[in-house]
Amino acid sequence: MFTIFGVPGPLLFGQLLLGLINGAFYALLSLGLAVIFGMLNIINFAHGALFMLGAFVAWMLLTPNTWLAMINPAYQVPDWLSLGYWPALIVAPLIVGAFGLLLERTIISRLYKLDHLYGLLLTFGLALIIEGLARNAFGSSGMPYRIPPELSGATDLGFMFMPNYRGWVVVAAVIVCLATWLIIEKTQLGARLRAATENAPLVQAFGVNVPRMVSLTYAGGIALAAFAGVLAAPIYSVNPNMGSSFIITVFAVVVIGGMGSILGSIVTGFGLGIVEGLTKVFYPQASATVIFVVMVVVLLVRPAGLFGKAA
Amino acid sequence: MQITRRGLIGSAALAATAMPGRARAQASVIKIGVMNDGSGPYRDIGGQLSVNAVRVAVQDFGDPGLQVEVVYADHQNKPDVGVGIARQWIDRDGVDLIVDVPTSSVGLAVNSVVREKNRVYINTGAATADLTGSACTPNTIHWAYDTYMLAKSTGGAMVKAGGDTWYFVTADYVFGQQLQRDTTAFVTSNGGKVLGSSLYPFPGTTDFSSFLVSAQASGAKVLGLANAGADTVNSIKQAAEFGLTRNMKVAALLMFLGDVHGLGLEAAQGLFLTESFYWDMNDRTRAFTERFRKLMPNQRPNMTNAGCYSGALHFLRVLKDMGVAAKSDGAAVVARMKAMPAEDDAYGTTTIRQDGLALVPAYLFQVKKTSESKGPWDYYNLIATTPPDQAWRPLSEGGCSLVRA
Repeated sequence: MFTIFGVPGPLLFGQLLLGLINGAFYALLSLGLAVIFGMLNIINFAHGALFMLGAFVAWMLLTPNTWLAMINPAYQVPDWLSLGYWPALIVAPLIVGAFGLLLERTIISRLYKLDHLYGLLLTFGLALIIEGLARNAFGSSGMPYRIPPELSGATDLGFMFMPNYRGWVVVAAVIVCLATWLIIEKTQLGARLRAATENAPLVQAFGVNVPRMVSLTYAGGIALAAFAGVLAAPIYSVNPNMGSSFIITVFAVVVIGGMGSILGSIVTGFGLGIVEGLTKVFYPQASATVIFVVMVVVLLVRPAGLFGKAA
Repeated sequence: MQITRRGLIGSAALAATAMPGRARAQASVIKIGVMNDGSGPYRDIGGQLSVNAVRVAVQDFGDPGLQVEVVYADHQNKPDVGVGIARQWIDRDGVDLIVDVPTSSVGLAVNSVVREKNRVYINTGAATADLTGSACTPNTIHWAYDTYMLAKSTGGAMVKAGGDTWYFVTADYVFGQQLQRDTTAFVTSNGGKVLGSSLYPFPGTTDFSSFLVSAQASGAKVLGLANAGADTVNSIKQAAEFGLTRNMKVAALLMFLGDVHGLGLEAAQGLFLTESFYWDMNDRTRAFTERFRKLMPNQRPNMTNAGCYSGALHFLRVLKDMGVAAKSDGAAVVARMKAMPAEDDAYGTTTIRQDGLALVPAYLFQVKKTSESKGPWDYYNLIATTPPDQAWRPLSEGGCSLVRA
């Protein structure tokens, strides 16, 4: 067995793969944040809470009778109304995205003319409220969500035993990230979005409904978070704190990648997942800190982030 | 009713005159504060379960002449928050006894506050053996379990069953470190070897896959989980997911009944674990559980909750014996608690050692197979019992300053 810096090769490959899985979540979440920041200029601190909401909606779709009984034991629906993992992967982001749309229209849109700080405070408050309500309703220890039967089990890769579901997470995240990037960079809709980011009044003068586009962008970013939430549900038990444990790391990813850079957030998301994975091999105690060390170094050397344009 | 300015001033004056009366009445009230994790990974171990256990103790004490009040606070697993609550409880709210306090870092921090203020502290939630060792105080009693007892019971049994090479996945704070240290001592003294360990950041780690893959690569026979609560549940779940259970045995060094319930019997069956209390042990424990379930019908008490019950009941009885005025001198109350054996349904007869350790037996359980279990909460098979005089660290080895040579 060969070794790299005293670590057996198979172990290293295993950890790189696990890093990639975490990186998939970082990439999906930071992508949504980057889209929202680029378009709305809002630092969306509620992103983690909406990620958590995505997982909860998936759980609620799967087991409607469990939570209906919490409200009133008399409320019951027939079993065929319960939606499994695959439909939830589409339906949950739509529901949470619609909720995001509501938030944007009623609350967040009032802050566009103000400083960034107000948006940050507002969304942070929203996150605390959403998480608090979830904790009150469901407790904090979490709800189990079974891995869909098609993806249960594991594959022996020779160097490690890889649960099939985790492999699927990486594939799904890469597909969704690429699709989002293509939409923004290569389609007419994306071109309008980018133009509106540069100069909104001018784009509006050309007859594009910019406020509607902004609302839909926010909803889209939120739907991405909810999608990540559904992906995460079978891995981490569905609990109200699952978002807050991710969100700080994800903000660091966005800062390292460059605020508002789409490609930057995808690449740094996966990249930092790998860096974190490697840290877990060589010095596990620092695994929670390493991303912030990278952030400090990047900010010192390139204040606009790795892929960001200097203001 | 219309609120007038005159009415408002009148009621304020009335309230002001009523105040001193209330303050006087409070002096004869005995206050018990239950402090634990109300929202984090250890919530389902103590949480409201411990509050309920103390309520049962108050009810069983049942002396109409003494008014007992139970208050609750969430320390969020943060030592500074715990210390703040303890000071406020004692200085402002007149709390006489603080119980539970899981999370060793918080448990030790509160320990010094209670000593400084000379009240009573019955810790049933923190595992650190330092509470009756280098950090022992005349105001503290440690009930239910500690790292030494867990290491000896579960660790010792695993090595004897052939698990002689270990890899630890450890929560990186005082509890995890001590549990790993104490277990390592038993593993090596029984001829075993520790091949490695991963210390993970606590709290906040939910994904254990990297550490588990490292454990697998080490080639050890036993995966030692030096963690607790939701962390243990997640570790075991993910160990199964990554196929560790094919060639490694899992030793959950600290696991509670509720964790088994949360994990589900299918994933938990066959695990070895140590508790000092099981609700379905004998008629007395079942009777206690019945009373416990009056308020929480869907729950069963674990050893932490049972410790809260027994400790609080013993405290109340001793205080009644000494007279309520004695509560201002916590050390004197604890001295009497050590002199007088405790007697209750959860633990039977218990004596408390000089260093504050409640001498209860350690039970090694194996989680039942799904086919053996008669239903929810019927989870444990008793494998071995370590009697109180052998289960705990010998008095002379703890380094407690209260122990006279």
